[in-house]
Amino acid sequence: MSLRFVQGFKFTKLDSPLHRLDPRSKFILIIGFFVSALMFTNIFVLLVVFFAQVPVVLLAKTVRRWLQSMRGMLVYGGFIFVMNLIFGTALVQAIAFSIRFLGVVSAFSIFFMTTSADDLGLALEKIHAPYSIAFTFTTAVRLVPTMAVDAQTVVDAQRSRGLELDKGNFMKRIRNYVPILIPLIISAIRRSVELAEALEARGFGATEKRTSIVTLKMRPADYAVICATIIGLGIAVYFWLHVPLANPVVPIQLPHFL
Amino acid sequence: MISVHNVSFQYPDGAEVLHDVNLEINDGEFIAIMGENGAGKTTLVKMFNGLLKPTNGSVAVDGVGTDKRSVAQLSRNVGLIFQNPDNQLFAETVEQELGFSLKNFGFSDDVIKKRVSSFLHILDLERYANSSPFVLSGGERKRVALAAILVWDPKHVIMDEPTIGQDYLQKDRLRNFITQLVSQGKTVIIVTHDVEFVAECKPRVILLSHGKIIGDGPATRILTDEKLVKDASLTMPQIASLMNQLTEAGAQHEIIDVYSAEGYLLKKLRAKPVSPLES
Amino acid sequence: MAAISAHNLSFKYAGAREPSMENINISIEKGEFVVLTGPSGCGKTTLCRCLNGLIPNFYSGDLTGELEVDGLNVQGKTTAELSTHIGFVFQNPENQLFSLSVERDVGFGLENLGVPRDEAIERISWAMRATGILELRDKAPYELSGGQQQRAAIAGVIAMHPNILVLDEPTSFLDPKSAEEIVSVLAKLGHDLELTILLVEHRLDIVSRFANRVIVMDEGEIRLDGAPREVYGEQARLIGIGLPRVTMLSHLLRNDGFPIPNPITVEEATNELRQLLK
Repeated sequence: MSLRFVQGFKFTKLDSPLHRLDPRSKFILIIGFFVSALMFTNIFVLLVVFFAQVPVVLLAKTVRRWLQSMRGMLVYGGFIFVMNLIFGTALVQAIAFSIRFLGVVSAFSIFFMTTSADDLGLALEKIHAPYSIAFTFTTAVRLVPTMAVDAQTVVDAQRSRGLELDKGNFMKRIRNYVPILIPLIISAIRRSVELAEALEARGFGATEKRTSIVTLKMRPADYAVICATIIGLGIAVYFWLHVPLANPVVPIQLPHFL
Repeated sequence: MISVHNVSFQYPDGAEVLHDVNLEINDGEFIAIMGENGAGKTTLVKMFNGLLKPTNGSVAVDGVGTDKRSVAQLSRNVGLIFQNPDNQLFAETVEQELGFSLKNFGFSDDVIKKRVSSFLHILDLERYANSSPFVLSGGERKRVALAAILVWDPKHVIMDEPTIGQDYLQKDRLRNFITQLVSQGKTVIIVTHDVEFVAECKPRVILLSHGKIIGDGPATRILTDEKLVKDASLTMPQIASLMNQLTEAGAQHEIIDVYSAEGYLLKKLRAKPVSPLES
Repeated sequence: MAAISAHNLSFKYAGAREPSMENINISIEKGEFVVLTGPSGCGKTTLCRCLNGLIPNFYSGDLTGELEVDGLNVQGKTTAELSTHIGFVFQNPENQLFSLSVERDVGFGLENLGVPRDEAIERISWAMRATGILELRDKAPYELSGGQQQRAAIAGVIAMHPNILVLDEPTSFLDPKSAEEIVSVLAKLGHDLELTILLVEHRLDIVSRFANRVIVMDEGEIRLDGAPREVYGEQARLIGIGLPRVTMLSHLLRNDGFPIPNPITVEEATNELRQLLK
């Protein structure tokens, strides 16, 4: 099971129009794509929704990684396709559902590739989410590369003691992960305790009124994006309500997967 | 014997950490691989047990290329002790922790029992045999990690930064222990930037800087060379600095530890006023 | 008014059989650069934790005795409250980084304290300049070397304008060159900003030249307290601390009958030996 698609959700610092957008307006844009994808079941419309994201990907200058993540996602899209077929969905419809899945994933991929965790935390603060939530989120993201290094070190250390992760039957392989997981968990706990001490020493929780040295400013481009999204959604809703071809009703008695 | 031929190593993200390194380590040698953080020391030793394979060049341990063996196979003869014991401790008891590698290597149950009990004794851990490794102090956990590697009696022993966070007495004990290992005929390689510790042990020193070997020789020669030490971003042992200042310009000396300095200075002091200080 | 004043301070961690620290009596004046050392487990870290309130707020147990820090009685004060009086730098650089940019990291404490934005930005620049990391402001903390990370931590702490700085083995993970740099930065800060510095260290060869006072602990108690030259004697050696090698050499020569004083740096030893050899 390849985890390479994760690359398609990793933030990289670039100077692109999309990177420069305020995370809030970007999020609205992505939600626009998300809702459009969910609204429709017609394959042509879904294809339009999917390919409408391509100019956005170009603007984000992340074409290669987006393609990589789409390729990585094809497996899951294929899985959805097969499951739908098994449950009796029409062939074309099954393909449409896979495309819808890819469309949703693509939208979020674009968002995460162009928005840093710090910005996300800031956006959460701006919309008045409790600071502890924004901070937990940013810290978790900040710790991902650190823990990845830890994980590699633990694997190296245990392999150096003769542990062979790629041998043995299924049960043995699962048990082989115990010497990996336990040190990881313990080190995560130790790290958290040290972080907590350091937080205290930096006055965390000293006052209710936290200030922020970085600010988020909505610029004309952001408002333009929001307007465009609203208009786009408006058109989509109009289609959904009034154009029969765009929304064939699928019988509900057969379960179908997203 | 561990041989390194024209080895370069590049991480997938492009950073080249080792450039064209050539090295030969004979059985039973005592070596210190030194250099600043990021010089490539740990990368190099991870090639000795196959955790990393060179992107160019080759590494051979006891005559066999590391590309032809798995990490488990190489580890049977090359014990690598990581810097932080918490990266490997996981078992319910110290006894089980020591037995882990022996099980992996396929030792029989009674051999495991004998070896575990023997190493618990050697490293003064007998009273902790049934304790959880996690409740022990930092120094004790380090000893458990050490025991857990030595227990399968690898021919070559590598210690990655064994002196970090240790106080003077602990380092003293470590030094004695290393001496014992060397006297048992084991190859001992320590990766460190602790110049004072190395000055007291006096191994062969290999200096790495920016992925290249810039010095290879006895500690007494390498650590008294001001230029080399500076290029490797290390500091000179205090005694070496002191002797440098006391001897005449251009003169060579190779004194890096306290007792040798004492011996040398006593001769000079007792010989005065006849002879001025010479090299 | 002493910067730090402890009277019969003792502490036993909850669940421990014996106290980690007993009958500590010290008085540290403003502006002193004090090195606290001793074998592992001697109670150095425990003492430091009492100074900024981590004991008893974060680590529970039995704390007895009196402690005044920066003129305040620490009893009943939280670590956050004390953070503008006494700053703390920890051993592992990785675990005291909070943000994805150095600048934001240095400002983290100021944000927590609710310092207004303009003032915060000024203090951040000042702190980064004082620790020599101004050009690193936009980098991500994980991109920095260990030495740079510790400087960022120090910057983040002094930005909060404490009068006292406590550092618990901040050079543990650093190579010798970075370690020396950090300690010189500290000495300069201490001098320029009139900070009181308490530095817990094993590596006495690096810190001795800057310390005006060394306190040696063993088994929870203070055994020696004085200027480095006075403290680095036979008793210190017996306790098992790692004296600077030139000091150890002078002990040996003295035992051999040569009247050499107690040098604590290579320069002092060089001068003293030159004298002796004339």
